[in-house]
Order: sequence, then C-alpha cells, then structure tokens
Amino acid sequence: MSEAVVQNPQTPVVVARSGVLKRLAKNPLAILAFLLLLGTIAASFLAPVLATHDPNYADLQMVLAGPSAEHILGTDSLGRDVFSRLLFASQVTLAAAALAAVVAIAIGVPAGITAGYFGGVFDGSANWVTNMLMSLPGIIVLLAVRAATGPSVWISMLVFGVLLAPSFYRLTRTAVKSVRNELYVDAARVSGLSDVRIMSRHIFSVVRAPIIIQTANVAGVAIAIQSGLEFLGLGDPLVPTWGVMLSDAFRNVYLTPLLMLWPALAIAITTVCLAILGNALRDSLEDGQKAPRARKRAASAVPVASPAEVSTDTAVNAVSDHLLDVVDLRIGYPQEGGATTTVVDGVSLHVDRGEVLGIVGESGSGKSQTAFAVLGLLPETAEILGGSVTIGTTRTVTPGSRAVSQARIAALRGKGIAYIPQEPMSNLDPAFTIGHQLVRPMVKVLGISKAAAKARALELLATVGIVNPQRTFEAYPHEISGGMAQRVLIAGAVSCEPDLLIADEPTTALDVTVQAEVLDLLRDLQKRLGMGMIIVTHNFGVVSDICDRVVVMKDGRLVEGGDVRTILRAPQHEYTRQLLDSTLEGKTPMSMLTTGTKA
Amino acid sequence: MLIFLLRRLGAGILLLFVITTITYTLLYFSSDGIAQNILGEFATPEQIALKQAELGLDQPLATRYLDWLGGAVTGDLGRSWFNSEPVVSALLNRLPVSLTIVIGALLISAVLAALLGVAAAIKRGWIDRAVQLLSLAGDALPSFVVAIVLVTSLAIQAKIFPATGFVPFADNPALWIMSIALPITALVFQLVAQAAQQFRSAIIDVRRRDFVRTLRSRGLSEREVVFKHVLRSAAPAALTILSLQFVGLLGGSVIIEQIFALPGVGPLAVLSTTQGDIPVVMGVVVYTVIMVILVNLVVDLVNGWLNPKVRVS
Repeated sequence: MSEAVVQNPQTPVVVARSGVLKRLAKNPLAILAFLLLLGTIAASFLAPVLATHDPNYADLQMVLAGPSAEHILGTDSLGRDVFSRLLFASQVTLAAAALAAVVAIAIGVPAGITAGYFGGVFDGSANWVTNMLMSLPGIIVLLAVRAATGPSVWISMLVFGVLLAPSFYRLTRTAVKSVRNELYVDAARVSGLSDVRIMSRHIFSVVRAPIIIQTANVAGVAIAIQSGLEFLGLGDPLVPTWGVMLSDAFRNVYLTPLLMLWPALAIAITTVCLAILGNALRDSLEDGQKAPRARKRAASAVPVASPAEVSTDTAVNAVSDHLLDVVDLRIGYPQEGGATTTVVDGVSLHVDRGEVLGIVGESGSGKSQTAFAVLGLLPETAEILGGSVTIGTTRTVTPGSRAVSQARIAALRGKGIAYIPQEPMSNLDPAFTIGHQLVRPMVKVLGISKAAAKARALELLATVGIVNPQRTFEAYPHEISGGMAQRVLIAGAVSCEPDLLIADEPTTALDVTVQAEVLDLLRDLQKRLGMGMIIVTHNFGVVSDICDRVVVMKDGRLVEGGDVRTILRAPQHEYTRQLLDSTLEGKTPMSMLTTGTKA
Repeated sequence: MLIFLLRRLGAGILLLFVITTITYTLLYFSSDGIAQNILGEFATPEQIALKQAELGLDQPLATRYLDWLGGAVTGDLGRSWFNSEPVVSALLNRLPVSLTIVIGALLISAVLAALLGVAAAIKRGWIDRAVQLLSLAGDALPSFVVAIVLVTSLAIQAKIFPATGFVPFADNPALWIMSIALPITALVFQLVAQAAQQFRSAIIDVRRRDFVRTLRSRGLSEREVVFKHVLRSAAPAALTILSLQFVGLLGGSVIIEQIFALPGVGPLAVLSTTQGDIPVVMGVVVYTVIMVILVNLVVDLVNGWLNPKVRVS
C-alpha cells in the first residue's frame, strides 16, 4: 500500500515507558490476581500461626467430619484438620514450585545468554539438548525419576526445573541475539567494556521483563505437574501438599465430595492467577512499546479541513450516465479519543466506458484510499464520512452511509468492477496454484464449469503474454517471477471481462523493461474489452502513456483535473508542476509532450 | 520432501536412542530392591540372589542395557518382572484406549481452535474477550483439575456420564462415546487454549494481507476467503503450537486415564513406576517418545501440504 494510513488506531497512546506498573495497576483482573497470590503466599508463611491443629495429627474418631467450629473445613480420611493441612500444604507446594522455577532460571538464563552472545559450538549443542528436553513428556520422566529415587516432592521439582530450563534458554537466547547486534552493544565493545560487563549491564535489562513473565507461567506449570504427580498417589504421603490432599479427597469422592473443593480451588486459583498476572504484565509491556509508534502516526495524519475549494471539470456535477460516478467522497479513520483523521476529503470524479482516468499524487495523498472505496476494499477501521459512489446503476455508497454496501459491491465484483494490485508477489495466495486462483472466481462469477474456466484461464495466460500457460497454470506463486505474477494478476482481473478496471500502481514494483510491456498490455486489453479504467499512480510517465484524463490529488483533495494533454502542457496548480518536474525528468514519455506541442 | 522426512525420522531415532539410554541408566540405580519386592518380605537371601540372576540384575549396567537395546531393535521390549507379560503385548493391549483419547483430543482441539480463532478474530468484541478468557483459564488449569470437576459434577452428581471405565466401540458405539467424552473434554480444554490464541492472532494478521484483498476483489464470498484462504495460511503456526503441546497432552492423559479408570497406557505407567518394573517403564518411555516423534512428523507433513513453500525448503 502506498499510503501511510493508520492501520490500528485502537492502540492506546501511552507516553511513559516506565509506566508498566501503572498500566498494570489499571487492570482490575491483574490486581485481583496479584492480591490473591499475595494472600496465598502470606497464608503459607503464616501457617504456623494461623493453623488450628497439627497438620499431621490424625484423630481417627473424627474421620471425614464436615465443617464445624473446631475444624473449620472439616477433617480428612485420617481425621486430620483440613484447614491446617491446607495452610501447610501451600507452604510446601509453593516452595517446591519456586524450586523448579529457580532451577530452570539458573540453568536456562546463563545458557541462553552464553549461546546468544557467543553462538558457535555451544549454541549448536545447547539447541540440540533443548530440543530433546522439549520433546520429553514431563510426567513420564518424573515417573521414571520417582521409580529411581522414591517419592520426594523436592527431587521431582528439581528434575522438573531442568526440564523447564529450555523455555528460559530460548527466551534469553532470542533476546540476547537481537540485542547483541544493536549499535549500543557495539559501541560498548568498542569503548573497551568486557563481555561480562556488557552482558550484565545491557543485556540483562532486556531479558529481565520476559524472564519475570516466563517465571509466572513456569511456576503455574510446576504446581500443575507436581499436584498431578501427587494426585496419582506418587507423592510423599507424609508431606502435606495440595496434590496429596486432592488425592486423598478423590479417594473419598463418593462420601465427601466437598473435601476435594479446597485443594482443587487452591490449585486452580494459584495457577490461573499466575497466568493472568503473566499475561497482564506482557500486555502492559507491549503497550509501552507501541506508544511511540502511535504518536508518530498521529503526527503524519492529515488534519480535518473544509471540503476542497478547487473546482475541476470532474467535480462540477453528478450525471448518472457515467460508468463510475464519485461525488464529494470523504473517508476518515476514527482515532482514540473521538477525533477522526480525514484521508480523502471531498473527492469527485467520473469514468466513462472505454475511458482511462489517471489519479496522480504522492504517497499519502489519498489516491489509493479513493480507489479502495470504489472497490469496497477499505480496511475495517476506515469510515465513509460523506458523499456517494455509483457504479453503473448501482449505488455502492449512498449519501449518509458510513461504509460501502458490501452486499451491493459483492454483486459487481469480477464482472462489474475488477482490481489490479500494486505488489504482484504479495497479492497471490502462496498456498494455492495460479490456476486455482484464476479458475475459482470465474466459476463463481460467470457460473461456468471448472473445465470451461480452465480453458479460459489458459487462454487468458497466453493473452497476457505468458509463454508456457500450462506450466504457469500449475505453478505456485513462489515459483514464478514478479513480472509474470503481475501478468497473472492482470489476467485474473480481466478474466470476467469487467466494465471498470482499477489498477493501483500496476507497474511500480516491476523492472523498468517489464513496466513498459505491462503498460502496453493494459492499454491493449482496455481497448479490446472496451473497459473503463482507473490507473492510480505517482508517475506522470504512466499517465501520459495510457490515460485520457487525469486528476491530481494532494492531502486527500483534488487539486487539478482534466484532459491529459492540457494538464501536461499547461499545469495550473503549483503541485502538479512539481510532480511533473519530478517524474518527467529524463524519461521517454516526454515525446508525448513534444508531439502534443507540435500538433 | 523425502529427504526432509528421512532427516526428521533419523533425528527421531537418535532422540529415541538418547532418551532410552538416559532413562535406563537412571533406572539402573533404583533396581536394588526389586527382587525383594517381587518375592515379598519373607524371601530368603538365596531366593533373592536367584531371582536377581534370573532377571539379569547381577550384570553390570552396560551388559544389561545392550541386552535390552538388542531386544528393542528387534521389537522385543522384554517381559514384565512382576507378571511376566511381554511388554510389547501389554502396550498393544492398552494402545487402542490411549490412542482414542489422545488422538481424539488432538483432532477435536485442532478443529475447535480453528473455529474459536476465526470467531474471535473476525467478530472481535465480546466473543473475542470470551475466547481469550477461556483460553487463559484452559491454559492455566491443570487438565486433571478440570477432569475432577467434570467427573464430580457430570458423572457422580448428575449421573449423565459414567465416572469410570471404557466401552470398546465395537461393543456399543453410544456407550463408547459416553465413556470417552469426559476424558477427551478435559484434555481438549487445556490443549485448545494456546492453539486458539495462535489461530486468532494469525487470522487477524493474514486478513490484513494483500492477497486477501485481491481475492475479495475477484468476487469470492467472505466465507470462502476466510475458511479456505485465510485459515490455510494461518494454520501452520497454530498446528506447530499444537504439536509442541502434544508432549504435555501425553503426560496429562496418564492422569486422566487414572481418574476415569481407563485401561490405557497411563495406569500401566503409574503401576510400573511404583513397583519399579523396569522393562515396563522402559516400554512406556519408548511408546511416548515414538508418539511425540510421529505427531511432529505428521504436523510437518500437514504444514507442508498447507503451505507449498515449506515443501521446497
């Protein structure tokens, strides 16, 4: 796309980068998660104070008792106080999860920094180990470890920490790799800082935040797998943890289902809170990075202004017997905070059958936006602010509507109106063959059979000058050149013989030699099919080559319009003159001008 | 493409070798009390020594491992130390149940993730937020906690589904579905989360691409553009996520099978590790690693089919 258009105006404009915590504080879900986690950790520390009973004291007279004044949450299958056990269990569970996280960080981060910073053999072998560890199912490994060492939550979390190290390794390695090549690291190296100093000062500040986020995720995973293992009855029954409690409760699920609630709730709340916190932290970091870009966009936006004061011959009246009639079209992008950036401001133009109109302007002048509005292909964030568009007898934009009527334009596509894009390679779907992308629209629009469409597609490919149509038909887009791709796109556009063809900078992305050929082809097809055509371009050479009439756009408005020869010979507007000077310099289409003058 | 496949297969075999070596070495150090465990508390030292010789426990690690490896290469994983059942047949007996659950969960997750991703990416608004929240919960909650909630509410309390057991499809298709519905749901809940997120962001991204606009301009319906073209370009990244998560799914299925008392590989894994039945433990490890390699290979193939560019490189 040629326009510097606002693609994602929803991005909140946040100024300070240091405001990560502030943004986090504005997220109520994150605050809730943080408080719940804090509460759980505090409760685990205060377990000796808060507990009403010895967590392992079994009272066989009070087995599976319901909640009472003495046992707030009741007792388990051995008559132990559930509330006290829950408190002590959170101590062990959280500490074991922390152990796994610490081990993972202690192995993953230094390895990641070394691999990312120095690369080489260490990087290669570390990657291999990482891939191996990542294809190991944690539970199976821990089961094997348990078979070897007996039930110990500490040993299994130690081993699990090793299994989790790759996630930190990958994260750190990627971050370090990208930072390593930054200028300031080079500068630091040149100024004589040692590798260790550079790493600790510059690189650690980059990986710190991702590591914190990853730690939250990893802690959740550790709690999940630890509890899962213990739930299987493989934990140490003497050490109270959430998983051990859940296992005991599940065995008595038919007698006291309520017993399962507490450990299950503890596991669920902790893991979900960790995930929410990690997510929120990531979001607020990303918002911080987006902020500068958002501001830059706002600066380049065109201010809202009064409609065009320049009256051209195309803007005088709206007679409906034109093939295309655009009257006083205005397009804008709503911004955060209610303001709207206007990119097309009061444009009126028309195209007749068999006529070629050029829309000329530089990047950001609104010429492509005008074309997309006619095609009904504006981005979802765009809004029609006023005016009307009529194609043949169909009003696709009625005055007062905020968007192009997709129902009405859909009926026109292919046969009524077609489009040739600017960038040939990015406009073909890489996953489908050229043939498929040509055949499918013809079947859909013309209602012909697949076989007939294929024959027609091969014919079209030959028409647009492709030497071996059959081979191109079977090829995928990445197997053909840019010039061929543009020919394919032209073939696709004219495949249903449209009344109106809109070409958006059809030659810009091509080699100079191919440009002339493609223009010849377009003119040829336009004559043969009697199409009305709009060429959007910044190049007056193209205009003089192929257009009958031309309109010049600047900052979303029409500044000048009329017969090509008249405009080329005697441009009225200063901007048109500048454009002419810049594009005609040293180009062959000058001949057009000279013949014009002679005549 | 063939070379690519062979390379992946070669890497897989190497991985299998490395992992079994490590596991075997690890388990070697735990095999001291096995003979005693098998024979019971009152076995005499002579009986124990005899049993150890029978099982080859008096041999050094290298001899034992090479012995095992020699058998494994020819498809013989030995016999269980406790009930003498050949490990391969024990695994094969339990494979149908485990594969039903695991592959079922994987396929349903892929389809569901794509649908949720499309809904969230295109409708945005509250559907998007709901999908995001759901995936966050699904991702964070351990699948066995979900299974416990399901079994307690829908099986034990509401009695809609059976709480335990497995009915083969050949016996009664309706009961078969009922018996695997809850286990698969629990696994899907966790598996679908990240893939749906990946689908969502990939679809949002692909929908902005130039070729989508061009396809629209050609007169294709929005439905065809989204479900045929956009989804196809968005799928590889999400499927890769899914294949990475498959490792976790295998682990989760062990616990799930235990909860629902399904006669799959899971209970075998749990029993053999608590007993120290090394041949069976090794068999389970071999099974899981092969599954991981196979699923990765299949996802690579599917991605190659979805995106012809990958096929070339």
